[in-house]
Amino acid sequence: MAILEVNGLKVYFHTRNGVVKAVDDVSFSVDRGETLAIVGESGSGKSVTCYSLLNLLPKPPARIEGGTALFDGKDLLTCSAAEMRKHRCDDIAVIFQDPMTSLNPFLTIGEQLIEPLIYHPDRSQIQTRVEAKRTAVALLDEVGIIDSQARFDCYPHEFSGGMRQRVMIAMALITDPKLLICDEPTTALDVTIQAQILLLIKKLQETRNVAVIFISHDLGVVAGIADKVLVMCDGTIRETGDTDDIFYRTQNDYTKKLLAAIPEGAKTLPNRAKSDETLIEVTHLKTYFRNQLNTNKSKENRFVKAVDDVSMEIARGEILGLVGESGSGKSTLGRSILQLAPTTEGSVKFSGQTLTGLTAKQLVPWRRKMQMIFQDPYASLNPRMTVFETLSEPLLYHGLATKKNIANQVRQLMDDVGLSQAQLRKYPHEFSGGQRQRIAIGRAIATKPEFIIADEPVSALDVTIQAQILDLILELVERHNLTMMFISHDLSVVRYISDRVVIMNRGVIVEQGNTETLWAAPKEGYTKELLAAIPLADPAAERKRIANI
Amino acid sequence: MYRFAISRLLQAIPVLLMVVTVTFFLVHSAPGGPFSADKAVPPEVIKALEEQYNLNQPVWQQYLSYLGDVVQGDFGPSFKYSGRTVNELIAAGLPITAELAFYAMLVALSVGITAGVGAAMRPNTMQDYLPMTGAMIGICMPSFLLGPLLVLVFGIHLDWLPVSGWGDIPGDKILPSITLGTGYAAYIARLSRGGMLEVLSQDYIRTARAKGLSERLVIIKHALRGGLIPVVAFLGPAFAGLLAGSFVVETIFQIPGLGRFYVQAAFNRDYTLILGMTIFLSTLIILFNLLSDMLAIWLNPKLRQEIRGTN
Amino acid sequence: MADAIEEHGTSLWKDAWIKLSKNRLALFGLAVLIMLILTSLLTPLIAPYGYETQDLDMGATAPSLQHWLGTDIFGRDMLTRIMYGGRVSLMVGFIATAVALVIGISWGAIAGFFGGRLDAIMMRIVDVLYALPFMIFIILLMVVFGRNILLLFLAIGAVEWLTMARIVRSQVMALRNQEFVEAANSLGLSEWTIIRRHIIPNTLGPVIVYTTLTIPSVMLLEAFLSFLGLGIQPPESSWGLLINYGVETMEEFPWLLIFPGIALSLTLFALNFLGDGLRDALDPRTSKD
Repeated sequence: MAILEVNGLKVYFHTRNGVVKAVDDVSFSVDRGETLAIVGESGSGKSVTCYSLLNLLPKPPARIEGGTALFDGKDLLTCSAAEMRKHRCDDIAVIFQDPMTSLNPFLTIGEQLIEPLIYHPDRSQIQTRVEAKRTAVALLDEVGIIDSQARFDCYPHEFSGGMRQRVMIAMALITDPKLLICDEPTTALDVTIQAQILLLIKKLQETRNVAVIFISHDLGVVAGIADKVLVMCDGTIRETGDTDDIFYRTQNDYTKKLLAAIPEGAKTLPNRAKSDETLIEVTHLKTYFRNQLNTNKSKENRFVKAVDDVSMEIARGEILGLVGESGSGKSTLGRSILQLAPTTEGSVKFSGQTLTGLTAKQLVPWRRKMQMIFQDPYASLNPRMTVFETLSEPLLYHGLATKKNIANQVRQLMDDVGLSQAQLRKYPHEFSGGQRQRIAIGRAIATKPEFIIADEPVSALDVTIQAQILDLILELVERHNLTMMFISHDLSVVRYISDRVVIMNRGVIVEQGNTETLWAAPKEGYTKELLAAIPLADPAAERKRIANI
Repeated sequence: MYRFAISRLLQAIPVLLMVVTVTFFLVHSAPGGPFSADKAVPPEVIKALEEQYNLNQPVWQQYLSYLGDVVQGDFGPSFKYSGRTVNELIAAGLPITAELAFYAMLVALSVGITAGVGAAMRPNTMQDYLPMTGAMIGICMPSFLLGPLLVLVFGIHLDWLPVSGWGDIPGDKILPSITLGTGYAAYIARLSRGGMLEVLSQDYIRTARAKGLSERLVIIKHALRGGLIPVVAFLGPAFAGLLAGSFVVETIFQIPGLGRFYVQAAFNRDYTLILGMTIFLSTLIILFNLLSDMLAIWLNPKLRQEIRGTN
Repeated sequence: MADAIEEHGTSLWKDAWIKLSKNRLALFGLAVLIMLILTSLLTPLIAPYGYETQDLDMGATAPSLQHWLGTDIFGRDMLTRIMYGGRVSLMVGFIATAVALVIGISWGAIAGFFGGRLDAIMMRIVDVLYALPFMIFIILLMVVFGRNILLLFLAIGAVEWLTMARIVRSQVMALRNQEFVEAANSLGLSEWTIIRRHIIPNTLGPVIVYTTLTIPSVMLLEAFLSFLGLGIQPPESSWGLLINYGVETMEEFPWLLIFPGIALSLTLFALNFLGDGLRDALDPRTSKD
C-alpha cells in the first residue's frame, strides 16, 4: 500500500523576471519499505518536489499551484500548520545534502538530536531530557558514532564530514519516521565516506522498514539502492519505472542521454605519451603551509604538510590522472608544479629547466608554456571583464598577437572551445556553468601551452555537461599536442580520461601506474578501498558490489 | 576564558597608557595658559596658581607626576571649580550618566531587537517596511534634533512630561532616555534584521523546521543566537556612542551628569577636568569594547574552543 | 566564417544601474543629492537674500511670501541661511569622506594584498584605534586647537577611515584567493597588472556603497559638534549650528528649529536610501536570479 501518493503537483516560483515552473504536474507514489530515487540535473525540480511536501520552501517566491500529496490518506499540501508540525515530527524526516551547514553550529548535537522528543507537538508524547538522551545515545551508537555518550555534548564543528552526516541520519530517525527523504546525502562527501553512508542508510531502512525517497543527480549512486527510479528534467517527469527497467530497458531520450553521460570504462583514445621524453620532473617536492589554527605549539603541528616529499614524472603527450580525496594535497601539488604555491623543498623541472627558485620575472616565459584550468567556473573568470577581454589578455601580454590581429585570434579560440563568436562581448554572468568552463579552457589554451593542469574541471558541472567538457578536453589535447595533469576526486572520470594514474593521500603518493593495470590489480590497501567504493551505474553489478562489502 | 580575558585586559594597558600620554601632551600644547582668559589676575597670583598646579615644573616632570597620580586613581584638582577635585566631580556625575545610559540602552535594545527580529520574520511585508522606515527616520533624526522636538511636542505643546532635570520630578527621566536611545534603537533594529535574515536563510534553520519544531522555537532557540551576534559586537561601540550622546542630551535637558560637565569643561578650558574626564571615559569605553568583544566570542562555540585551545 | 553579429553583454555596472533605477527610494535619494550639490555650488547666485542681510523691521517672522522659510531673530532670511549652512555641511561631508577614503583604501589594500606579518601589524593598529573613543578625542582637539574647520575635516576623516580599511582589506583578501586572480598569476601577469585589472575593479562596489554611507555619518558628526558649539563657528554657518540657534528660541519661533532640522534629516535620508539602494544593486548575491 502506498504511504505517499503525489498527484499532479505543481510548484511555481514567482520571481521578478516572471514565473518559473519549478515542478510542473508531477505524480508518483512510494510504498512502505520501498526506496524511490528521484534523479535529475540541477534545476530539474527534484528537491523542490520533496521540500514542497513538508512545506519547507520559502514562500514567496514559491507557490504550490495545484495537486495533492496524500500521506496515509491525508493531504500534506492543504493541512494546517499544527498538523504539518506533527507530520514533520513523527512521520516524515529529511536528511539534507550538506551536513556542515545543516546542523546548527551554536548548539550541541545532543541538544539538536533530542529536540523533536522534548518539544513534541503532542503533549502526551513529550519525553524528559533524560529519557530523550537515552534514546539519542542509543541511536548514535546505531549509526556508528563511537563514544556516543561523550560525543553527545559536542558541537558540530568537532565532527568530520562523514560523522556529521551520521549525526544527521540519527536526527532524522529519532522519531521513527515512516518516510525518509534523503536529499543528495552523499554529494558533499568523499567517495569512501559516501560508500559507508549509503550502506548505513540502506541498512537502517531495512531494519526499520521505512519508505525512502532518495534524491540524487548521480544515477550510479541510486542503481544499487533504489527499487523505483523517477527521472526529472525542467520540472517534469521524463521517465519512471522499476530500477532495472530504467537502466536496462530505457525508453526516454533524456534518460538515455543521462546514462550515456556517465563516464564509464577505459580511455578510448590511444596513449600518445612519448616515454623517452620527460616533460615534467618532480623530485622530493615538499609544500608546507604554516598552520593557521596553531592550537598547540608543538613543532610537529606548526606546519600543514600539504605535499610531503613527492617525486614523479610526466611524459610529453601523456594525460596523467591525479586522484585523491579532500585534503590529500592533490590541488596543492598541481599548484606547486606550476609555481603558484610557494614550495618548501625539492625541485620541479620543465623540459629539463628547473623552475623552483626562479623569480617571478624569470618565470614569465615559462608561464606561457604551462597553464591551468580551475574547478569553479563561477570564480575562475573575472566578473567585470568580457569574454573578449578575458581571452585577449594572455595573447597580448605574452606578445602572441598584435592589436590588429587579436580579434581574429580570439574568434579562433571561441571556435576551438565550441562557443559562438557572437557572444564575445558578453560578461561571465551571462553564461551557463558549462559555457563558462569553455571560456576558462579557452584562456588556458590561448598561449599555446605545452602543459596544462586541470584541477577538478568538471566536478561543479551537471553530468551531461560534464561529458561534453571531458570530450572537449580530450579533443583539444589531441589537436594541440598537449600534455595534461588531470586532478579529480572522481575515479570514473579519471579512468575515462587518463593514460596513467597517480593516487595521493595525506600529501604522499600512495600508488601510481598505467590506468588499466592499476584498475585491474591495485596493490595498496588504500587504492583497493578507493576502487571498491566507486558506485556503478548498473543495478545488478551494484547490488552485488554492495552485498560484498 | 579567564586567562583570555586577563590577557586581553593586559593588552589594553599600553592602549590606555597611550591615551593618557596623548591627551596629556595635547592639553599641555594648547595655545595660551589655563588662566590667560582672566585678564584681571595679577602676575603674582598667576605664579601662585601655577605653583599650586605644578605648572612651573618642566613638562615631562609634570607628565610623570600626573601619570603617577592617575595610576593611583587621582586626577588632581579642577582648575575652575575651586576647591573641588576632578574625582569628586566625576563621582557626582557618574551615577546620573550611568543611569541615563542604562535606560537609553534598555530602550535601544528592547525596541531595536523587537523591531528588527519582527521585520526579519516577515521580510517585504508591512511588518518589515513599517519598523524599517521607522528605523531609517530614527537614524536620520539625530538626538540633538529629536530632543528639542520631543520637548516642543510633549513638554511644551501637550505639557505631558517635564523637560529638564533628573530625578527631581516624576517622569523627568522619560524624555532624555528616549532621546538618547532612539538612534541606537534604530541602528540595532537594522543590525538585528540583517543578522536574522542572514541566519534564517541558513540550512540549519530549514533542518530545525523539518524536525517539526514550532516557529517560535525555531526563532528563539535556533536563530536568535547567531542573528544577534552582530548586535552584541555592536554593544561596545554603542556604549561609546551613548556616552558621547549624553553630552548633547544632558545639555538639552539640563541634567547634571558627566556629559554636561565635559562640555562645560571644554568651554571653560578647565584643563585638568577635561584631561581627567577624557582618561576616565576612555578607560570606560575601552573596557566596554573589550567586554562586548569577549561576549560575542563567547557566544560562538567554535571561537570559544579555539580560545580554550590556545591557553 | 562570416562575422556574426556580436551581441553586446550587460556588464555588472550596467546591471547594477538597471536595478538601481528600479528602486524608487534610491532614485529619490540620488535626485535629492544632485539637487543639494547643485544648490550648494550655486548658492551665492541663487540665494534670495544676502547671507548677513538683516531686515530689522521683520524680526523673527513666520514663513511668508517674501521669506519662504521665515526669518530669524535678526531678521535674516532662513532659506538663505539654510542654503549657506548646507554648503558647509556638505563640504565637510565630502572632504572628510575623501580623507577617509584615501587613507582607508591605501591602508586596507596594502594590508590585504601583501598579507602575512605586515597585514597582521597593520590590522592590529586598526583594532587598537577602533577601541579608542574618538568622539571624545575630536572634542578635545577642538578645545585645544580652537575650532578650525580644516582640523575638523582631518579629525573626522581620521576616524572614519578605519572601517573603510577593514572593508577594503577583506575584499582584497577574498579576491586574492579567487581563481581568476590565480589564473592571472599563472599567466605570469605582473602584480601591478593584476591589481589594476583584476583587483581594483572588483573592490569598487563595496567601496562606493560604503562611501555613500560614510558621507551622512560624517555630516551627522559635524552637526553634532556644531550643535555643542565645538564645530563650525560663526560667522560660518552649518545646519548643526542653525539647529542649535533654533533650540534656543523654539518655544516662540519653532520654524527656526524645524526648517534646518528638515534640511539635515532629508539629506541624511536621501544619502542613506541611496547607499542602501546601491548596496542592493551592487550585491553580487542579488544579481544571479
